[in-house]
Amino acid sequence: MAEETTDQGIPEPEGHSDIIETDYQVGQDNIQPRIGPFGLDIHNPVFVISGLVVVLFTAYALIAPQQAADFFGWLRPALTSTFDWFFMWSANIFVVFCLLLIISPWGSVRLGGTDATPDYGYIGWFSMLFAAGMGIGLMFFGVLEPAYYFGTPWGDEPLGVVRPFDEDGGLIEGNIEEARRMALAATSYHWALHPWAIYAVVALGLGLFTYNKGLPLTIRSAFYPILGERVWGWWGHVIDTLAVFATLFGLATSLGLGAQQANAGLEYVYGIPEGVTTQVILICGITAVALISVLRGLDGGVKVLSEINMVIAIVLLLFVLFAAGAMGIMTEFFKGLGAYVQELLPLSNPHGREDTGYLQGWTAFYWAWWISWSPFVGMFIARVSRGRTVREFLTCVLIIPSLVCIFWMAVFGGAAINDIVANPETSAVKAQVIDSYNPPLSLFAMLESLPLAAITSTIGIVLVIVFFVTSSDSGSLVIDTITAGGKIDAPVSQRVFWCTFEGLVAIALLIGGGLTSLQAMVISTGLPFTLILLAICVAIVMGLRAEKR
Amino acid sequence: MFSRIMVPVDLAHLSDLERALTCAADLAKHYGAKVTYVGVTAATPGAMGHNPKEYEAKLSEFAQEQAKSHGIETHEYTVVSHDPTTDLDDALLRSVKETGADLVVMQSHMPNVMDYIWPSNGGKLAEHAKCSVMVVRG
Repeated sequence: MAEETTDQGIPEPEGHSDIIETDYQVGQDNIQPRIGPFGLDIHNPVFVISGLVVVLFTAYALIAPQQAADFFGWLRPALTSTFDWFFMWSANIFVVFCLLLIISPWGSVRLGGTDATPDYGYIGWFSMLFAAGMGIGLMFFGVLEPAYYFGTPWGDEPLGVVRPFDEDGGLIEGNIEEARRMALAATSYHWALHPWAIYAVVALGLGLFTYNKGLPLTIRSAFYPILGERVWGWWGHVIDTLAVFATLFGLATSLGLGAQQANAGLEYVYGIPEGVTTQVILICGITAVALISVLRGLDGGVKVLSEINMVIAIVLLLFVLFAAGAMGIMTEFFKGLGAYVQELLPLSNPHGREDTGYLQGWTAFYWAWWISWSPFVGMFIARVSRGRTVREFLTCVLIIPSLVCIFWMAVFGGAAINDIVANPETSAVKAQVIDSYNPPLSLFAMLESLPLAAITSTIGIVLVIVFFVTSSDSGSLVIDTITAGGKIDAPVSQRVFWCTFEGLVAIALLIGGGLTSLQAMVISTGLPFTLILLAICVAIVMGLRAEKR
Repeated sequence: MFSRIMVPVDLAHLSDLERALTCAADLAKHYGAKVTYVGVTAATPGAMGHNPKEYEAKLSEFAQEQAKSHGIETHEYTVVSHDPTTDLDDALLRSVKETGADLVVMQSHMPNVMDYIWPSNGGKLAEHAKCSVMVVRG
């Protein structure tokens, strides 16, 4: 029988790259227990600890719901209002860091070695970028956020722009233009360079240390330059467990809350009554499709669903664009883009601002939220980005998605604001966002103002549901990989376990209460992860210095 | 009867493949056939190498050792997959075509209740491959 590892001289990986010499072997801390007919291959102790911690926190939220709600309900706003400056400066650093890397000579370093070729074509790659971590947000906030900033009566006006409504709810003509401009700029700010830079930092760090340095595909690997061999010990266990924890709860709480939103949409459009039963059925359905997707694998399931999603989203986008007046909306887009560039610096500055409602309630909240999702989305992006140069990677993960998001916001937000301005008395968007606050209905209210609302609302609901599926399946793959110590070929029963577990946690929290409080907890993990992301920036520089350009 | 035998191998669990490897080598000697060892790997670092190149080197070394110890002609064939867990069956089916094998000799576990839900890779291959497939159990 052949000796398994006699080859110690490490050959070049597809051209030049700087392999890190470590005695650690991928999977060396793994154990292979057998439970009934299931053979497992799991990292010891990350798999077990992550699973137990998730169960404990779920139990806590179910047993002491009030206490959990009070505590996390206090913790999240306390963090985002105390550390708003920290979140904002960190996010600014990530944007500047990524932009500098694009123009630096390191931009030509290729992930996977100098001769590597991309694993995925542009279409599959882009589809997966959006489907994993942002699609669902675009559906939820595309109408809500611009309309909210345009007419908010709750004092969250970005940069203190004047409301275009008077005391009696009548429009003030003179204020419309500026309010509209600021609404688009302030929304784009939350969806463009900053969030994508957050994702890009994690993805680039993991891609570099996995494909060029030969370390396992797991969050701890990005810390090798800083912690050295200690990353294979408790330091690494803590980092990986935290990532699994944030990802699983992030997905489970979004799934639970998303089911409620989808249910609200179903009631609004079809009159299907709102209730726990409908929502549990929705979660089961979403989890079932996600299960099929992970069983079919990355290429046969996740990528295919992401592409389907992308096509439906583009159809809806084009429909809204033309139905709401393509010329007007395109003008809106360029104005929005201009406003974004113009207001980028004032919006990015956390000091001496008086619009704390916007600054802490929205911006700092968003930054914490994106950052708490970054281990999941970043790792998934890393997984599908092998073969791209750093410059190509950052352009495609930072610049192009930013433009797409600004365009999306201009179309959906522009159409919504047009409707509010044209029909201030009867506008459904105004009724659901400004006069009363029903976030899940905002999208459907806007579609109502356009022709063929019955069809487009159905497409909207389908899109919301499928975006949940594409978050759920890619998230399950990420958790599976982390808890298998960076192995992507762990037995299929493990990804089935995580996907099902996520659905079960969502159902438990939905029935027992606690979705909101645990979501607040997940967002709170944004604070420790901000430190982790800053460290990853340092690690990327240390890692790139050794690479051949 | 047979001129090219394909043997799927999992470099991480070679000790479990003893029976299939011996069987393949005996058949190869008997029919004067060449043996191609097929390994499926991911582009991400794994226990068997930091990247596909390294994996291929290990597989090649393994094939040469088999050639030496059994006195047969061997080759190796590496398939890089984005998601080896789920794509294994398809990757192996493709390899049958690409290596031009007329016989597959493959190790499989004892069937259990799970095989009704997830058929074993050997079972799947026997069902779909155009050439002869010998599934070696135990």
